[in-house]
Amino acid sequence: MDNESTYSGYSYKSSHSRSSRKHRERRDRHRSKSRDKSVVIQAPGEPLLDTESTRGDDRDDNWGETTTVVTGTSVDSVSNEDLTRITKDLEDTSPLQCRRYVSPALGAVLGLFSLVTPLAFLALPQLLWRDELEPCGTPCEGLYISLAFKLLILLISTWALFLRPPRASLPRFFVFRCLLLALVFLFVASYWLFYGVRVLEPKETDYRGIVGYAASLVDALLFIQYLALVLLEVRHLQPAFCLKVVRTTDGVSRFYNVGHLSIQRAAVWVLDQYYTDFPVHNPALLNLPKSILTKKLSAFKVYSLGEENGTNNSSGQSRAMIAAAARRRDNSHNEFYYEEAEVERRVRKRKARLVVAVEEAFTHIKRHQDAADTPTSSPKHPREVMEPREAAQAIFAPMARAMQKYLRATRQQSYHTMESIINHLQFCVTHNMTPKAFLERYLVLGPTLQYVDSGSGRQWTLLSEEAVTAPLRRGQVFSLKRPDFSLVVTVTSLPLLRLSEEFVDPKSHKFVMKLQSETSV
Amino acid sequence: MSQNFVPGQPVSVVTQRIEIQKLQHGDHLILGFSIGGGIDQDPSQNPFSEDKADKGIYVTRISAGGPADVAGLRMGDKIMQVNGWDMTMMTHDQARKRLTKKKENVVRLLVTRKSLEDAVKHSMCSYPKQIQAKPGFKD
Repeated sequence: MDNESTYSGYSYKSSHSRSSRKHRERRDRHRSKSRDKSVVIQAPGEPLLDTESTRGDDRDDNWGETTTVVTGTSVDSVSNEDLTRITKDLEDTSPLQCRRYVSPALGAVLGLFSLVTPLAFLALPQLLWRDELEPCGTPCEGLYISLAFKLLILLISTWALFLRPPRASLPRFFVFRCLLLALVFLFVASYWLFYGVRVLEPKETDYRGIVGYAASLVDALLFIQYLALVLLEVRHLQPAFCLKVVRTTDGVSRFYNVGHLSIQRAAVWVLDQYYTDFPVHNPALLNLPKSILTKKLSAFKVYSLGEENGTNNSSGQSRAMIAAAARRRDNSHNEFYYEEAEVERRVRKRKARLVVAVEEAFTHIKRHQDAADTPTSSPKHPREVMEPREAAQAIFAPMARAMQKYLRATRQQSYHTMESIINHLQFCVTHNMTPKAFLERYLVLGPTLQYVDSGSGRQWTLLSEEAVTAPLRRGQVFSLKRPDFSLVVTVTSLPLLRLSEEFVDPKSHKFVMKLQSETSV
Repeated sequence: MSQNFVPGQPVSVVTQRIEIQKLQHGDHLILGFSIGGGIDQDPSQNPFSEDKADKGIYVTRISAGGPADVAGLRMGDKIMQVNGWDMTMMTHDQARKRLTKKKENVVRLLVTRKSLEDAVKHSMCSYPKQIQAKPGFKD
């Protein structure tokens, strides 16, 4: 299989981590042995697990609470390193943590104000002109009770809707929430106005009317709460749009159904799904091996003879190169195919070794039953009883090398440290998991949430051509950026469905044999 | 056979009489052809019938040099009668039994095929005055 690809060893320095380069160099060495080529690069002895390899998401863990970012439409062309340096500086200067709590604080103030208002409506006449008030018997008491319960419900729902600090901080105001707060404020203010004009000034004596007035305020507040519930929590549950989310670096895509949301809320929702659905972004798995790509570039050298006419010459040069490259027979697909087959074969081999090693390691330990259950264990050989941690460490040693080699082959070594492997092993041993259950974490690249420390905040930039508080519409495109990659989200609307019914009589299921036989006579 | 086949209704076709002598082959008598079709079979899979609802018995294969071949039976023939017994409304197995009676050494078939009808039509067009003189007409 390897005979056809023309491998002529280049010595190159990859921009990937040192460990992956070492890995590739070791592979070069194996290759060169079988082919008598001249490239030999010695790989020095390595520690058990390479702790120096770049962790793609390492930068993120250091960032503190998120701050708001400008959502601009232009994308500056700075290099990756500059960008991370700049954002790191921004984060380090002054994380505005209080921004997250402004909205709940405002909600709290307004809520308190509106809750105190009915009580004030009731209390003020009693305090100011008690003697002139008409006595009011049972109907008032009924109203008092209903008022009390409604106020309790208002209190709870205000807390639930407005007072909890949101998990994500959005770049612009949350329009509905602001509208509702404004509505409540206006409402209560107008009630106070009327109260002041009609009750306080003429010193109204009909106390039952005043109580009725306060009760109507509370009813109206309850209706506003209901409206808030629908707008904030319920409206976006009915699916109306389908979002296609594509990651730019490796093309992993997912489709989601959402309801009517604004762009920023949809972005938050997509990110919630992203952390559980998308496999973690592994920068080591991205590119074609350099050996294939660089072949094309060094094929032609163009010499300019005679006049130098400046731009004319260079454009002519590049055109000539492109034309020549197009005409030349391109064998890099061949290389790519064999390279891929080779990598796959290696991964499978190492996976087989790993599985066998882990299975064998797991047979070394057994859950220790209570002494009463196992009378057969002889008192002459008391087995040492171990804690899960010690058991994990004991069986880790035989499988460590196979594990390390497998992780290197699949370029996952940056996501799993020795410590994390032993922790996971301890976890599996404690919960009676089989070797296969232990390995599921390593055989398949899991979702990002598995590798992310969920305590720290995450910084995403929302890029959109329209205002981010605009509602979702068919055909919109916006993207969520990180320094390493971005997610491009396309909005399409779900099709309108027409459902018709058809009645099937259970007795109508009848069958005949379809035979076609031929007999010779 | 160019009419639409309606089960139970009389058909009028051009037929040919074929007499086949059974041949002793081993310990049983063979005729040297294969049949297909029948009222218990699926008529739409019949490659020889014009009307795919026709559930009659058709000749699907003729062994070369066998008694049927010698007697003039052709592949694709529809068997209408065997020794006087009607074959248009028979199950496959009944048809087989009719043809392989051990006590009979000779079977006289009445078969029809499209080429017969075409030949009659052709000759009718060419010789319009001699219709009654043609052999093989079934009354």
